[in-house]
Parts: sequence; C-alpha cells; structure tokens
Amino acid sequence: MWTPELSLALALAIPAIGGVAVALLGKYPNLREGATLVSAVLLALNVAYLVEIAPGHPVLELATLAPGLHLVFRLEPLGALFAAVASGLWIVNSLYSIGYMRGNNEKNQTRFYVCFCIAIGAAMGVALSGNLLTMFLFYEVLTLSTYPLVTHKGDANAKRGGKIYLSILLGTSIGLLLPAVIATHFLAGSTDFVAGGLLAVNEVTPAIAGVLLVLFAFGIGKAALMPVHPWLPNAMVAPTPVSALLHAVAVVKAGVFAMLKVGTYIFGPALIAATPTSDALAWIAGVSIVLSSVVAMTKDNLKARLAFSTVSQLSYVTLGVMLASPLAMLGGALQIVMHAWGKITLFMSAGAIYTATKKTEISQMAGLGRYMPWLFIAYTVGALSIIGLPPLGGTWPKLFLMQGAWESGHGLLIVALVASSILNVAYLLPLSARGFFSAPEEAKLKKTPPMLVILPPVITAAGVLVLFFLIGPLRDYLAPVFLSSSLAAEAAL
Amino acid sequence: MDMLASLLPAGIAVHAPALIVVIPLIMAAVAAFMPKGLWAWGVTLVTAIAVAVLSLNILGQVSTGGVISYAMGGWLPPAGIELRVDMLNVPLLLLVGIVGLLCVIYALPSVADEIAKKQQALFYSAFLVCFAGLLGVTITGDAFNVFVFLEISSISTYTIIAMGAGKDRRALTASYNYLVLGTIGATFFVIGVGFLYMATGTLNIADMAAVLEQNGHDRVTQAAFAFIVVGLGLKAAMFPLHVWLPNAYAFAPNFVTAFLASTATKVAFYALIRFVFSVFHPEVNFVAMSFTWLFAVVGVVAMMVASMQAVFQTDARRLLAYSSVAQVGYMMLGLGMGTAAGLSASMLHLMNHALMKGALFMALGAFALNFGVRRVKDLAGLGQTMPASSAAFTVASLSLVGVPLTVGFTSKWYLVTAALERGWWWAVAALMISSLLALAYVARLLSAIWMETPPAGKAGIAPARRLAPWMVLAPMSLLAFANIYFFFHADPLVGLARAAANAVMGGN
Repeated sequence: MWTPELSLALALAIPAIGGVAVALLGKYPNLREGATLVSAVLLALNVAYLVEIAPGHPVLELATLAPGLHLVFRLEPLGALFAAVASGLWIVNSLYSIGYMRGNNEKNQTRFYVCFCIAIGAAMGVALSGNLLTMFLFYEVLTLSTYPLVTHKGDANAKRGGKIYLSILLGTSIGLLLPAVIATHFLAGSTDFVAGGLLAVNEVTPAIAGVLLVLFAFGIGKAALMPVHPWLPNAMVAPTPVSALLHAVAVVKAGVFAMLKVGTYIFGPALIAATPTSDALAWIAGVSIVLSSVVAMTKDNLKARLAFSTVSQLSYVTLGVMLASPLAMLGGALQIVMHAWGKITLFMSAGAIYTATKKTEISQMAGLGRYMPWLFIAYTVGALSIIGLPPLGGTWPKLFLMQGAWESGHGLLIVALVASSILNVAYLLPLSARGFFSAPEEAKLKKTPPMLVILPPVITAAGVLVLFFLIGPLRDYLAPVFLSSSLAAEAAL
Repeated sequence: MDMLASLLPAGIAVHAPALIVVIPLIMAAVAAFMPKGLWAWGVTLVTAIAVAVLSLNILGQVSTGGVISYAMGGWLPPAGIELRVDMLNVPLLLLVGIVGLLCVIYALPSVADEIAKKQQALFYSAFLVCFAGLLGVTITGDAFNVFVFLEISSISTYTIIAMGAGKDRRALTASYNYLVLGTIGATFFVIGVGFLYMATGTLNIADMAAVLEQNGHDRVTQAAFAFIVVGLGLKAAMFPLHVWLPNAYAFAPNFVTAFLASTATKVAFYALIRFVFSVFHPEVNFVAMSFTWLFAVVGVVAMMVASMQAVFQTDARRLLAYSSVAQVGYMMLGLGMGTAAGLSASMLHLMNHALMKGALFMALGAFALNFGVRRVKDLAGLGQTMPASSAAFTVASLSLVGVPLTVGFTSKWYLVTAALERGWWWAVAALMISSLLALAYVARLLSAIWMETPPAGKAGIAPARRLAPWMVLAPMSLLAFANIYFFFHADPLVGLARAAANAVMGGN
C-alpha cells in the first residue's frame, strides 16, 4: 500500500492538506494547532520511510510542462536526510510556536500557520527534487511563502526587512540562478541530477563550468555566501519560531542543500576541482566564515548575533562543496544536520527569553540563568555544539571539513575553520556566563515562561548530544553518495 | 483538432476567413444604430463570440488541412485579394478572438462607468471597427490590404482612446498625439508598399516574395524595407517609436487599454514578422543585418530603458504601459536572433504577454471602477478591500517578472535558451537585468497593494470590502488562471509558437 511513489507524493501533500486544514480551522485555535501538529507528525513518519528507501532512488513524475521540461521527484540520501531534519524539527518547532505565539499574543496566527505549512511543503519539494527545474520552482515557492512570515509584525521595520529579504532572494535567483539553470539545460540537454555530475558526464569544459559555478554559488542566495547574505540578518524581524525553523533550518538549509546537490549531481567533485573558479570560491567561503563571525561579535542583539553566526556556519557547507573532496563534502552534508539542531536550540532559547522577559539585547540578560536554568543549559549545549566540542554533534562536520581541506591541498583554510571556532566561543558563550554568574537586574521574572517554550530547546539540545553518537550510521548512509559520485566522475573525465 | 475543424458546417467553414472580418464590420454598422448601450454591447458580444468560434475553427482547419488561401469574391490571387492563413497568423487570430471576447465581457460594467450613456452605442461601434481592422491585418495576404486594415483599426483606435475624455481630458491630447504619429507611421508603411509595388509589380505578399527571389533585391526594395520597418515599428511600439503608447494607455477607457495592450501592438508585430520573413528573405544581406544591428539592439535598449522608466512612473497604467514597451523589446530581441528558436520564443512571449497584460489592465480597471484608482499610491490597501482582484493582479505581476508557476517563466526559459543557442551571452544578461527591473516596478505595485493600509474614508473609517462585478471578475480571473495553467501545460502555446516560426523559417 505504502509505495515509494505514494510516499513521495505525500511528502508534498501532507503539508498542503495541513495548510488547508489550518486555514479552515482558523476560528478554533486548539483544533488549528492540532492540525499543524498532526501534519507535522504524519510528515515525519512519512519522511522516516523515505529515508529508509532513499538508496533505491524511487522516482515520481509530477508534471510535464513541455517536451524536455519535467517536474520530477527523485529520492536520494542527501535529500532524504534534509527532509528528515526539516520535518523532524517541524514537530518540535510547532510545539514551540504554540507557546511563543500565544505567549506573546501575536496577531494573524492563522496566516502564520498556513504559510508555515506551505514553506515546509516547499522545503520538501527542494529536498526531493529530481532536477534543477523542480528545485528552482520549489526554491522560489519557499521564498514567496516565507515573505508573509518575515513581515508578520507588519510595522515599518518588518516591511523594511521583508523588502530586503525578498529583493535579495528573488534578485539573485532570477538574475543569476535562473540563467545558470537554463544554461545547464542548454549545455547538457536536461537538468537531471546525475551521479557523477550532469555537466561532467556531458563533457562541459572546466572554463564554462567555472562560470556556471560562480552563477550557482551566488545565485543560490539562500546559502548566504558573502556578499549576498544581508537578507538573513534582516529576516530576523520575523517572530522567533520563524527565525528558528526557517532561518536556521528550512530556508537556509534549502540553500546550502541546493549548493551541495548542485555540486554533487550537476558538477561532480572532479569537475569542480578542475574549474578555475572553485579555489576562489573556497576562499570567499573561508572569508565569509571568519568575517561574519567577527561581525557577530559586534552585535548586542541576540537574534542578530545568531543570524551572523548562521551566515558563518552556512559557508562551511559551501566551503565543503568548493573543496570538492569526498570528505569535505561529507562534512558539508553533516553540517546541514548538525548545525540545524544546534542553531534551532539557540534561536528557541532567544525566543523563550523574549517571551519571559521581553529582552532582546545580550547586555540586559544578566542572571537570567538562575530563573531559567534548563533553558540556559540547553542554550549552552547548543552553543558548544556549534563551536564543535565533543561529545556534541557539531564536532563531526568540522573534523571532516578539516580533513577534507588537508586532503585537497588547502591546508591554509584549516586556519579559517579554527579561527571561526575560537570566535564562536567568544560570541556564543558570554550569554551563558552572564546568565549563570552575573547578578540579576530584577528580583524575579515578569512572567513565568510557558512550558512549551522551554521544553522544545531542551529536546533539541538532547538531540545534539544523541547525534554525536549517531555518526557511524550517518556516515555509512551518506558516504556512498560522495564516494560513488567522485568515482563516477573520475571515470567520466 | 478535427473537432475544431468540424465545429462549423462545411458551407460556413469554407468562408470562415472572410466571415471573421466581415461579421465585425457589418455588426459595427448595426451597433451604431442601437438605441441603448446595453443593446450595442449585446451585438458586440454576439460578434465577439462568433469571431472566437471562427478563429477556433480556422485553427482546426489549418492544423488538419494546411495553409488556407481564400480568394476574395472569387478573384484568384495574385490579381484578386487573397486571405491567407498559415501557422504564423493563426495564433494571432486566436489571440484577438479569444482575448477579445474576454475583453468584451469585461466591457459592460467598465464602459457603463466611463462612457456617457448616449455615446455608448457609438463607442461599441467604433470598437467593432477596430476589431475588424485588427483581424483584417492578421488574415490578409495582400500588402496593400494590410495598409487598409491597419488604418481602419488605427482610426477607430484614435476615437475610442479619445473617449477616455469623459474621465480625464488628457485623453484628447493622448489620442491626438497618437493620431499624428500613427498617421506618419501609416504613411511610411504605404510608401514602403508603393516601392515594393514598383519593384515587383504585384501587391500579393506571396507573389511579391516570389518575384523578389527571382529579381534579387535592389535599392528600391531596400528603401521599401526601411520604410516598412519604421511604419510597422511605430504601430508595434518598437523603441524609440513608442512615445505615443504610454499616454494612450494611461488615458484611454480601461476596457480599451486592456484590449489594445493584449492585441493591437501584437498584431502590428505580427505584420512586421510577416514582411521581414515572408516578403523579404531573412537570408538576404540587408535583412540579416537588420536582425543583429536593428531589432536586437532596439529590443535590448527597450528592455533596459523602458523598464527603467517604468520604475519611476507615478501613474499605475503608465507604469504598465512602459512595461509593455519593454516587453515588446523582448519580442524584438527574439526576432533579432534570426533563428527559428528565437522567433518561436518571441511568438510565445507575444501570446504570454497578452495573458499577463490583459489580466493586469483588467484588474487596474476593476480598481478604478470601485475606488477610482489611477496613481500607484492609490493602490494602497487594495489587498484588504478588493482581495480577489488583487490576487489576480498579483499572479499576473509575478508572471511579468518571470517567477516559476507562471507563463512568464516559460517565456524567459525559451528566450534565454534561444539566446544561448545563438551564442549571445550579452542578451542573456540583458534579459536578466530587465527581469530584475521588472521585479523593481512590480514590487512597487504589489507592496502598495498588500503592505500599505487603505486610506481612511470621509468619516475616518477604512473603506469596506467591495467586490468587483462578476463580469469584471470572471474574465480577469480566467486570464490570471491562464497564466498559471499554461505554465503546467506549456505544450499548446509552445507548439503554436514553434509551428509559427517554422511556417516562415522552413524546417519542421
């Protein structure tokens, strides 16, 4: 009954139906949130099945637009893993959203939950897409559906942030990504994701591939490679659940996932290594990593600091792609998973602090750890994972990236990685220290935070710990993708 | 297709090419004598339905039986006037027929609001003359006839644009400007046709081509080419001959703008293609040069300059009018590539653009009908007061930018592919920059509609929701829906565009 094709279709249908249900139940908040939670759980179950069958590469043809232009889903391990991260964290984040949105008496909650469903559906579309055209389509749907979420507050500040968000994301995707997609179609005759790299298989010269690589690297604006990153800090005007799920998980990870997928299945590691531009792009990613960490240090606003931290952490994945060695790419793929769990913990903590105290600046948060110990422990665990300390999940991507950098002869870039970790310590841990050890400004909290904003970050923090020990199965699951694709590419060249 | 071909009884189907022009012409006279606007509209509606059915039937006939050549009055070409339908002008007939029908449905509430009661019957009559003229230009196979029908449509267009004066007196100057420029254009065109007649001794397009191929192209035909390109370029709003268009679109009655924007410039553009490809040969030296150095250049400049101008307009319809000039630039660029892929991308964009601009101008008309909206800032808050029309407007705007899930994306895809095939990387860059400019001006409209709050009414309370009449909503939503539908089923339109390009470029 539960065939692979049905499951692929359900990955898109469950959020869509969930969105309709949420819209219809708008007048009954409890039922409405119930609909969100039920869809989240169903989607996660469905994706769990997809993860299991991913190595079989089931295919689902969605539509044929015109001869040669197809919308196709084709499952593979990378996409399954991204889908699993997004859908799994959607459950936790939905619980958190309920606590946050009600705790802060936000308006237009129905619109909020509907757009959330659409955005998750679009993220699923990006994850499962079988060719560039499909991926581009869902990428744009993701941009458009998250715009109302970013501008949710509706004040002048939110509108300004939303304008920057939309103009950079649409501008880069239409101005750079679209021509790259069409050029790929023109050069290779299709846009299918092919093991070993579509362009490599079609023997596109490294020079042309180099130009395309630049177009992709900056055209996928969601990957926030400097200098197309400003949309991300500006998107922080959104309510925190949006920042948490979309700007730590679904949207930004869709960006770097697209980058990884393009690197693996459109170019192939061998072709990337052969292009004249990949070195420069690796260095831009390295600069992006260090520079945005430095900027993060200057921010007192907690969410702004986390946003720049995200810009920095995303470039790890881009770096992994540009280094084009199997280990570095594996590190990039793991970074998608590990950073998602770590960063969502930090964002949810920021939102919980805001719900309890209405405080947004780090300098005001002295002593809060005494009132909310569990929350601050969760925050600290998340921060340590981002820094890359064992025994937390964030350790592995850094390790593999460093090995990959060495393997591909870019030993100098290891310095950037180490520098970034040190900077992470410097900008993430002061909040923990201040929260636990400084004297509080007020005698007690204005308001006891609802259980639903404290519990989710604790859950994800525990997840970060568990992920450290799951590295074996994760590596076995992902390694074949990069190993086989680099072997196939070498055979093709 | 067989079903379409057998839509009408054989006795009528044989004469379909003549009827599609003659019916609106006769009905124009009938409409003029109607005592009431409503009755005249009824006549117009019946005519538009007849034309739509005839155009579908002709599509069926051409795709099953090949090129139709109809000898007017039984006088065989080249001596008599020939009506000729091949795959190049079928899309135009369909466009004028079907979009025309949708516009006519939309007309009733819009015209009732904007035109004085006793003028309405005359207005519909003038519209039908214009309708007949456009269909005539599209279907005729005779060069001088093109001129005649072009003038029939133009002169009636001046009239119906001027009738916007009921709302805004500036319609009169807009129409007058168009009259002066349009007449110059028509003169250029007829001089060109005269030269061709001198060189070939015939007025039949197919015959001209045959004679030219035999005799070769001399100075006279080169001069003819120049005159004809300028004349038709003016009608098609080819940059920099577009100056009549922004004001004409901005001050004409809303229904007229919606109709003209989706049909009139398209028909002139078709006539240009017809002359360039079917009379002159695209491989002849000076024609081939004109592709690269005239059409492509003019197209790119239009895409840049007109889009830039659109960004800074304060009047909503003028903004979209400049956007139309830019979109004509896309088509010119496609034509300028001089390849089958380029021409078919151009034809595809021609059809898609009609879908977008039709919906956009209809929505602006609906806004004007309910709230008297003219300027961009008047759009503020319409997302709350007129959500359905705003949604249709949004879909068509996104299509204009080329966002996926809309036909605009399909257009861009084929245009860029054609440019790559030609090796014109700079054209790809131009297309993308122009798309970004489109994003900029569309963002102004959409952010006003969705992000601003509606202005407070006289009593200080926000105006309530107001639904547009269903006769406005239905055709507008249908066009907006078509923008999405033809993304998922691009095949019919792409097929038509390909067949059109192959009809004049050879190949299959």
